Amino acid sequence: MNKGLLLAVVLVAATLALVAIGTVWPVPSAAAYAGGTSLIRSSSTPDAAVENLGDEMRIQAWEKAYSSLANKAQFTEPQFVHDLTGFYSSLRTYATLESFEVQPLRAGTSDAQMQLKLHWSSVVGPFVDTRELHVVKNGSRWEVEWPIVKEPTVPPQVIPVNYLRWDVIYRGSADDWGAQDVEAPHIRIIDMHPVERAEGVVILGEILNEDVVPAYVSVSATLQTKGGAAIETEGSFDKISHILLPKQVTPFFINFPNRTLSEVGSVRMTPLSTLVPASADPIIAIQDEKLTPAPDASVIGQLVNQSGQVVNVAHVLATFYDQGGQVVWVSDQYIDRALLPGTPVPFGIRIPQDLGRKVSTERTVVSTYSSGGAQ
Amino acid sequence: MKTALPLVLSGLAAATLSLAAAHGANLNLPKSIEAGSAFSIPSAGSGKGTVYIVGPGEALKREIQLGETTTFDAGSLYNAGHYVVVISGGASADTGSFDVVPASQPANLSFFAKPSRLPVGLQNGITGAVYTFDAYQNLITAPTPVSFELSNPTGATQKRTVTTRGGAAWTEMDSSPQQGVDKFVARAGTITSTRVIGQVPGDPCGISMTARPSGKQIELETAPVRDCSGNAVPDGTIVTFTENYDGAQSTVDVPLKRGIAKVELPAHSGARISVASGVVMGNEIRWGK
Repeated sequence: MNKGLLLAVVLVAATLALVAIGTVWPVPSAAAYAGGTSLIRSSSTPDAAVENLGDEMRIQAWEKAYSSLANKAQFTEPQFVHDLTGFYSSLRTYATLESFEVQPLRAGTSDAQMQLKLHWSSVVGPFVDTRELHVVKNGSRWEVEWPIVKEPTVPPQVIPVNYLRWDVIYRGSADDWGAQDVEAPHIRIIDMHPVERAEGVVILGEILNEDVVPAYVSVSATLQTKGGAAIETEGSFDKISHILLPKQVTPFFINFPNRTLSEVGSVRMTPLSTLVPASADPIIAIQDEKLTPAPDASVIGQLVNQSGQVVNVAHVLATFYDQGGQVVWVSDQYIDRALLPGTPVPFGIRIPQDLGRKVSTERTVVSTYSSGGAQ
Repeated sequence: MKTALPLVLSGLAAATLSLAAAHGANLNLPKSIEAGSAFSIPSAGSGKGTVYIVGPGEALKREIQLGETTTFDAGSLYNAGHYVVVISGGASADTGSFDVVPASQPANLSFFAKPSRLPVGLQNGITGAVYTFDAYQNLITAPTPVSFELSNPTGATQKRTVTTRGGAAWTEMDSSPQQGVDKFVARAGTITSTRVIGQVPGDPCGISMTARPSGKQIELETAPVRDCSGNAVPDGTIVTFTENYDGAQSTVDVPLKRGIAKVELPAHSGARISVASGVVMGNEIRWGK
């Protein structure tokens, strides 16, 4: 009893002592986040100037960040903020700067070249924005020249859009037993095979909407033992284009981490389709698409929004085939900027190094999400 | 409270059945009556008595004068099934039983027609199933002829007549070679039920594309896309144009509009341009050179 009391007293005393120490001598980052002293160091070196800029961006101190720039006369503060967070609502708008890396590329007495890698965190995963910065000495201070990427503006115009839209009236709850309901779209898995990777088993394939109406599709797979017992079930989650217009094909990718093919006897696929309202607009063209060979294999290209509607988020899914036409990999990328009408936006999807030499052809599809609707 | 009511009902039923079993059937009752029809129950003895009628989902109680015939109005008993009658009030209870059977003429049809949408030219692709019910939603288990008729907008019809077994009749029909909305009618006696079956075009039967220059672009356009029965493939169907040039590729998924798909792609000399819809490939064009 006495020992317990002694321990409690010691713990309370230690806690009070640590609170007092933290209050009197806080760590700089804690003080900065608490709104106390600034985390910003003196910009006496190029590295410090870029790090200060990164810190200001991270805490969204846009005014301070903008005023520290050497070339702020070339653009306004809102243009600087829109460069980082997007003018139109996009993934960037809702992303937070998680961390950044600064790497010197060249250093001189009056100027330097630095690389700033911004690691953003978004609802669909992280993305990296890399900028090469020219840093110049101004008196005793170093200042960053920000390589502004101004959001393109679309000239005022009228773009007539008369593509189809499908609306659906479902059966009502008050309808009689036996009353007819709208038929679910007919979809078909046209390719599927499991692949063993270092990280586990992956199911790759493609689904076709063979109906004349739009479909919301998803697919799940169940790994089974040779005896038919279920091992694990997983879905494709976002590694699929969920809305399929008539005769449209989407790839899918289902991951089973920490599994091996040797323990799998069979795979049971469960595709699901639902009839949903949809629009044939917007149409996204994929232009100048190129397969870069191994090493560092990737597919690059440009997305062009051919419609008059701003696309807030675009999701690019690439299917890679070998020479025999079999799917060898499926990969994706979310575009962090909004797609403006007629304005090309680049994309680049990496192919795993060991598969780079196997890839012969590829096919890319784009899912789009616009505020007020999705397709 | 919710559990108390079934307990009371089941207790009443159990008590009635045990009473009936104890005394045997000694009432002169009809073997069966039609659901919803009027009926009467004779009684013996004298003085006041009570008649209980207990069946599936229904229980009646009425004070009677023993020795007289008690008449029940039409609609008193309407759930088909076996009913037990107990008349108490005399020295001993009189019991009996009868069946309430569905009306012989259907008043409602539950008609399941599947699918509501299918491609043209499918043999036995349409299924129709009918359950026949009387006016009180009792399943009519007596054999009843049901006719099925599928008619398309051109007037062509397919007819079948099937007799119900256990209250159900079903048939299969072919989808017609022409797209459109067909009427699928099931008829039993004077009662009909109608469903619509959308017959939609099948896969495109070859896609033919032409190209012409349009400034620095190539304007690509398909001929009207039709299935192998000659039906126009519906607007909104995705057609994929792919242009391969100098190791690069451009792709656009375009929905059909007024039967054709049209797109502009950058003009590259020597480019190979192909067109496809779903798993159906069209022709290929080599541009320039």
